[in-house]
Amino acid sequence: MSKNNDSNQFRKVDVDEYDENKFVDDEDNGESQVGPDEAEVDSLIRQGNLMEALQAVLKNPPINTKNQNDRAEALMLKVLSAFKSSDIEKAVQSLDKNGVDLLMKYIYKGFEKPSENSSATLLQWHEKALSAGGVGSIVRVLTARKTV
Amino acid sequence: MSLHQFLLEPITCHAWNRDRTQIAISPNNHEVHIYQKSGNQWVKSHELKEHNGHITGIDWAPKSDRIVTCGADRNAYVWSLKDGVWKPTLVILRINRAATFVKWSPLENKFAVGSGARLISVCYFESDNDWWVSKHIKKPIRSTVLSLDWHPNNVLLAAGSCDFKCRVFSAYIKEVEEKPGPTPWGSKMPFGAVLAEFGGAGGGGWVHSVSFSSSGNRLAWVSHDSTVTVVDGTKGSTPSQLKTEFLPLLSVLFISENSVVAAGHDCCPMLFRCDDGGSLTFVSKLDLPKASITRNISAMERFRNMDKRATTEDRNTALETLHQNSITQVSIYEGDQSDCRKFCTTGIDGAMTIWDFKQNVINDIHWNEMLTRGQHGPQLKTRLSQ
Repeated sequence: MSKNNDSNQFRKVDVDEYDENKFVDDEDNGESQVGPDEAEVDSLIRQGNLMEALQAVLKNPPINTKNQNDRAEALMLKVLSAFKSSDIEKAVQSLDKNGVDLLMKYIYKGFEKPSENSSATLLQWHEKALSAGGVGSIVRVLTARKTV
Repeated sequence: MSLHQFLLEPITCHAWNRDRTQIAISPNNHEVHIYQKSGNQWVKSHELKEHNGHITGIDWAPKSDRIVTCGADRNAYVWSLKDGVWKPTLVILRINRAATFVKWSPLENKFAVGSGARLISVCYFESDNDWWVSKHIKKPIRSTVLSLDWHPNNVLLAAGSCDFKCRVFSAYIKEVEEKPGPTPWGSKMPFGAVLAEFGGAGGGGWVHSVSFSSSGNRLAWVSHDSTVTVVDGTKGSTPSQLKTEFLPLLSVLFISENSVVAAGHDCCPMLFRCDDGGSLTFVSKLDLPKASITRNISAMERFRNMDKRATTEDRNTALETLHQNSITQVSIYEGDQSDCRKFCTTGIDGAMTIWDFKQNVINDIHWNEMLTRGQHGPQLKTRLSQ
């Protein structure tokens, strides 16, 4: 505490804010990245064309934008739950490496906000995505600075 | 492959002398221990105690037989052997954070030190004052420099740092060398100029290690997001990145113009190939684990396990790979960067392993190179036989 008046207000000061060499991450405005097209994905789910729906929802991931992200996440969850358990593996095989990484990102995002049945489906998807992408894909979810 | 367990402490870093009869290691403390090979054993011959903080980097200059060490005490020392004793010379780096990495230049007239102070200190010997002078490369590095590698022309320096970028700088010091000729990386090279910058932009992790190929035209780096990237300076500046499915790699090394060995948290060295088109592919893990033999456990062992561990299973907690913990450094043991026959790895488990490319493995690598150039049939041999 400070010597003359025993105050410890100084503990509330955030010294990092005043560091002139503070690392500021390059902010990339994801304004141009629109989320996946809801109508298109919904129609594909209703038609039963689930593979296409998965590809469509993985297109144009909204990076870093707040409300877009939640909508995309909800859409993603809808598509993932629509799959039958036996089809999950085939669907994961149809994705390329970047697709698997993106899928992992959505899965972990879904884990953060669990709803009633989401965790079970997400865990099934996680198992299959892990066998396709390996631990490297999980490391990329953890080190990515652009959240989906 | 031969493994030697030095101690149980992690080996932070190591360096070989020119004929590979001595190795300098730091067992995760303030000292450097030099071991001499005698027969099949390694005998400790010297202890270098001068640093006040953990040693973070060691490099042994093969021709002039000098060792440079850098540590967390913000200092670097250059050691010379006089009458069988290693004598240190302090180098004032003028940094206010720990040093993280040190490397002699190819001609051994200067060395570069990376540090947590967001700068690289390039040091050269000034004979008038009889001391080492340091010059700083600061812009545009924005975080700790984790790894450095010199280009064969003794001027260019590649640096990987925690701001997710890998850069090529010029470390041209006019007091000790002449102006270098143009290279694929650039032709104007004043000291501290950034000739190339890669990485960042969204994904990417800390760049743990960088390596130039023997010609200096290719640059490889490994980063914490489990990727390996190679860029060819002669073919424009688009790096070719491979997203691996392993844990992040910590050290990378070119062992021929087209092949890269990398090792890291998976405790196993891995071989990657970079073909002439510039694309990077994973070849194989170089540590083929022996098939684990499931043996029948005797009744006595079952009861003993039940008593000790409350389980009747035979739980083997050792890893299948040779190294039992992450590998932190890969170095060339025999050969050079254009054609390496043996390389050495050290890690957090305190072990040093020498890996031998048996002759047929090297033949396979050359075979693949010839095939991609179309001199033989289109059938690609992809399995490496060991």
